[in-house]
Amino acid sequence: MTGIPTTRAQEILSTLVDCVRPGRDLPVLLVAACAANVPVSGAGLALMTDTGPGAILAVSDGPARVMEELQASLGEGPCVDASDSGHMVLQPDLAVTAPERWPEFAAGALSVSIGAVFAFPLHVGAIRLGVLDLYRDSVGGLDDDELAEALAFADAATAVLLSLQATAGPSAMHPLLSTSVADRAEVHQATGMIAEQADVSLLDALALLRGRAFATDRGIADLAGDVLKRLLNFTDDGDDGRGPH
Amino acid sequence: MTREQRLAAAFVELADTLVAEYDLIEFMHTLTDRCVELLDVDAAGLMVADQRGELRAIASSSAAIGLVETYELEHRQGPCYDCFHSGQQVVNVGAAGTHARWPGFAAALNEAGFQSVHALPMSLRADVIGAINLFCVDDVALGAEQESVGQALADVATIGLLQERAVRQRELLSEQLQAALNSRVLIEQAKGVLAARAGIEIDQAFTAMRRYARRRGRTLSSVAAAVIDGSIRTAELRVG
Repeated sequence: MTGIPTTRAQEILSTLVDCVRPGRDLPVLLVAACAANVPVSGAGLALMTDTGPGAILAVSDGPARVMEELQASLGEGPCVDASDSGHMVLQPDLAVTAPERWPEFAAGALSVSIGAVFAFPLHVGAIRLGVLDLYRDSVGGLDDDELAEALAFADAATAVLLSLQATAGPSAMHPLLSTSVADRAEVHQATGMIAEQADVSLLDALALLRGRAFATDRGIADLAGDVLKRLLNFTDDGDDGRGPH
Repeated sequence: MTREQRLAAAFVELADTLVAEYDLIEFMHTLTDRCVELLDVDAAGLMVADQRGELRAIASSSAAIGLVETYELEHRQGPCYDCFHSGQQVVNVGAAGTHARWPGFAAALNEAGFQSVHALPMSLRADVIGAINLFCVDDVALGAEQESVGQALADVATIGLLQERAVRQRELLSEQLQAALNSRVLIEQAKGVLAARAGIEIDQAFTAMRRYARRRGRTLSSVAAAVIDGSIRTAELRVG
């Protein structure tokens, strides 16, 4: 899939472009329109980096915010798999299929009554830009027309990302994108601190942070704040914040 | 194969090479070869405008036309050049007409062993992106059918080229976006690494990295990567 906008995707884009207002930027309009046009309860647009979820660019009303944060916190779920594989991940009945594949994600999703998730990778060639996630509070798949519509929204989402980049310039980042990355800045900073404290790779450091968040039933952003305030550290012999440093 | 079958086969072959990832130069060479076979000409060459609007020769069926094309591009004189600038076919000028209209070009043409040339525009709506040159050893005219088949081949070349440009533009943008995103994440992580290593606050770590980058004329993301892999010693960063 080259992701070149199809006719339906172009139609979606031209409708959205007419609706842009301050505070109602293209990514936000796109997820809202997607959730309205495909029978789902919410839609989210995540940016992906080499090391997993990088930022949450936009979420519609409904359960999308909680679900996007869940996937970003855990670093697992349909969104991550769709991005890694480059294929859409369709989960029409989470309760049946998800617990084995993503135990922690499944527990979180079912606890907020999500019945189905559909994740569409936004790839251009070998490059992974992000994922469009659709969440539904009931069980059931998408029929052919609904799937085609979801795919058109995914193509439109890719076009939105590329157009934002085109306006930003070669080595810059569009304010909408950098703002959404800044939302997760503390998690990345805490990851760096943990890597240094525990003398592990950044990937392992992020896994440590995620593991601790899950084990203590706290949000990853919340826990990252504690790491930055040095209330918590990950040195080999202590995690009381008063380690040997 | 009948002529119609060869024609249909050529278009199917060209359409096939347009699917997904294809090699533009290979596609253009295939196209010039098919022009020679289907249009009963002796050589064909393809010229396309670069980003500055200057024509460049990008594919030909035969090395013999290389010098003719070079002459045409250097002296901005010849049927392909006129065709590109007018957006109109330049055909059936004849050997005498060629000498009268483009004397220097005609001399180069004869030198290479050809008598006549025809040029067909590669255009989409108002945009002319290049032209196809058809070379004949003898002083011969293009028939109406040759003209229309030739123009259809030029149109396929246009679509192929524009498609490739669109794909390349998307790839370029997505590479930039991914690089920008990864670099932002890396910088945040490096702040954390340095803060923990030097026992300072995140803000102080950022200031030290920025100052170092400015002093050494390096990008912030390359400094961030060096902080993370330990190739910049903390002392060099003059922390605090």
